[in-house]
Amino acid sequence: MVLFLKNLQRLTTIVKRSKNSDTFRLKEFSQKFLGYRHAEFTESMNFIDSTKDKAIPIYRITTSNGEFLDPLQDPKFSKNEALKMYKTMTLLNSMDKILYDSQRQGRISFYMTSFGEEANHVGSAAALDPNDLVYGQYRETGVLLYRGFSTQQVMHQCYGNEKDIGKGKQMPVHYGSKEINFVTISSPLTTQLPQAVGSAYAFKREKSNKVVCVYFGDGAASEGDAHAAFNFAATLKCPIIFFCRNNGYAISTPTDEQYAGDGIAGKGPGYGLHTIRVDGNDLFAVYNATKEARKLALQNKPVLIEAMTYRVGHHSTSDDSTAYRTADEINEWQEKDNCIKRFYQYLLSNNYWSEEEDKKWIKEARKEVLTAFNNAEKVKKAHPNELFNDVYHELPKHIKKQMDEMNEHLKEYGKNYPLDQHLPK
Amino acid sequence: MTLINKVLTKNLTNLFKCTNGIRNASHFNYVPTTPDPSLGETTKMNLFTSINNAMDITLAKDDSAIIFGEDVGFGGVFRCTVGLRDKYGEDRVFNTPLCEQGIAGFGIGAAVAGATAIAEIQFGDYIFPAFDQIVNEAAKYRYRSGDAFNCGSLTFRATWGAVGHGALYHSQSPEAYFSHTPGLKVVIPRGPVQAKGLLRSCIEDPNPCIFFEPKILYRSAVDEVPVNDYLLPLGKAEVVKEGKDVTLVAWGTQFHVIREVADMVEKDLNVSCEVIDLQSILPWDVETVANSVAKTGRLLISHEAPITSGFGAEIAATIQKECFLNLEAPITRVCGWDTPFPHVYEPFYLPSKWRCYDAIKKMINY
Repeated sequence: MVLFLKNLQRLTTIVKRSKNSDTFRLKEFSQKFLGYRHAEFTESMNFIDSTKDKAIPIYRITTSNGEFLDPLQDPKFSKNEALKMYKTMTLLNSMDKILYDSQRQGRISFYMTSFGEEANHVGSAAALDPNDLVYGQYRETGVLLYRGFSTQQVMHQCYGNEKDIGKGKQMPVHYGSKEINFVTISSPLTTQLPQAVGSAYAFKREKSNKVVCVYFGDGAASEGDAHAAFNFAATLKCPIIFFCRNNGYAISTPTDEQYAGDGIAGKGPGYGLHTIRVDGNDLFAVYNATKEARKLALQNKPVLIEAMTYRVGHHSTSDDSTAYRTADEINEWQEKDNCIKRFYQYLLSNNYWSEEEDKKWIKEARKEVLTAFNNAEKVKKAHPNELFNDVYHELPKHIKKQMDEMNEHLKEYGKNYPLDQHLPK
Repeated sequence: MTLINKVLTKNLTNLFKCTNGIRNASHFNYVPTTPDPSLGETTKMNLFTSINNAMDITLAKDDSAIIFGEDVGFGGVFRCTVGLRDKYGEDRVFNTPLCEQGIAGFGIGAAVAGATAIAEIQFGDYIFPAFDQIVNEAAKYRYRSGDAFNCGSLTFRATWGAVGHGALYHSQSPEAYFSHTPGLKVVIPRGPVQAKGLLRSCIEDPNPCIFFEPKILYRSAVDEVPVNDYLLPLGKAEVVKEGKDVTLVAWGTQFHVIREVADMVEKDLNVSCEVIDLQSILPWDVETVANSVAKTGRLLISHEAPITSGFGAEIAATIQKECFLNLEAPITRVCGWDTPFPHVYEPFYLPSKWRCYDAIKKMINY
């Protein structure tokens, strides 16, 4: 009996002690290690099998015919707003067709279309404040156009002529403009993500009421810089929206060779990001989600939006996508989920637009693009000296010397170079 | 990597205290700089306190300035940011997650938005994950945007160079990798007086700069450093000692090695050396070096980094072109061997004063 009591006493002490230690450890783990998330011990050995989980649902509010499933969520665009969005999408579409063909004819060196992704550009751009800073990847031309980048500026850039903001230094489609707060695009994928976080941090310190929105594709999300950016944004609490265009392909690589988790949105919670997956071809859903994301970002809660869409066009003019996917697949998407047609239905049902007006506008849009194109083709490129400018804020001695060396060379050998395409000094 | 990193750092810092002066005695002797008296009142600072002082001045002057990196919050593993978080707030001096590409990208973005960004990479050896952000992004930002955007208010600070026992990943001198990148400035000071003035210039310069800090000098180098703010010009070499027979060029710690060698050959061989601290690797001061070589007719370049494609090669090729008619002996490079930086073999790896001494002897007898 005494032995039994003694044992019992020992047992209770052990339980008490372990309870004490459990309380201590759970408190430590929760607060110090897990960002105040509630932690518990478990005696059942369960590995989390994420393949058994349901995918994060896709937020949408209209059907692919453009009918509202939940009319209460209609953002109720005015006629002007709705037409600006529609016109941006269709103008982009016309421009893409013309520039794609002109590349095929060898008139510009390279191009990338946005076919099938127009709604996610415009829906998100419309939900941002014009002062918000945007970083893009390269397939966000709709965001630029919505913000006021003109077709003429697009053409100047693609031609790299003397009127190009970028002074003809980069390949076509690498747009940027200080005036519309769109940071100049660069080719290395995903590098813009941690940069966007840094800008957002600076905005937070300025108390400027501005957010940063950064766009990237599902392939780019595999780069180390995406990991860096998600983690920095969350730990440093930055006013930023990560906008992922998941269009199913990174050049030829389908998403099942890109990731094995629940898409890009599936990564968000792991970093502590507010996360949502939207129907990227539903302009209204994209708009609503971005609008709300902006509010969260302003409270220094970084947000990840994954817009599900489909890359209808080839990756670029250097790619023939039927080498890795069927024409049927492309046609089916275009037919069954065309984001521009979807929005067009909305315009018709609100009596904002008619078939006749549409025909007239499409003609006008083509004309605008062609005029800008012809203008740009006529403008000369800057003098070759421009190649030495802006390496540094100032022109260092050694680079000035190289500029002089080139000019000396051109004096004698100029006839062997395309000087006639460039302005004189 | 972090953990190893931290443990090593701690050990390195501790080892410094006990071995400094013993293991390093044969490596170099530090000779303090007397600053220009016009800069006013001075006080004793070692290299880490002078760097701390430069950042303190920056934070006080410029409200947009932020300092960030791994472990900078509590003062940094080399004590360079001690006291700054308490003085200026945790939104201005803060830790980041352990990710160099993130630190670099974040710094670029902050600079693009107009902030003065001072990013710390804990060891120069760990700057390579950030190589893409530095080379493809920071260096090309202004150029590719036609000057619409730039990250000129960004400065990277990273520890640099041999430390006695840092082996492969706590000893590297990566300046040549960056010297091949138009758009960057690369700067390396030889002591506290230069560190403060050059770091302040890097921070104020409208171009992205990389500032490498010779970590062996953090505690061992002590100067009388002007208390007030001052800038030393970037892209300028300093002729520290004038001479007429041979020009010696080095930077960072190695400067102290060649300075001692100059005394040795003067005494033993009656050879008079002109000793130049290059200070800026990119853009570098061709004129000062060329003028000196035109006078002496001989050039020895010495750096800790491996010889093949090291920055010495660039200097040698340029001076050979500029001073072809003046040269009386082949330009000689005394550098690290073409191997990774070894642990126990460090004394045999480094371009020691004896190797430099021998090279000068051969140049004179050429």
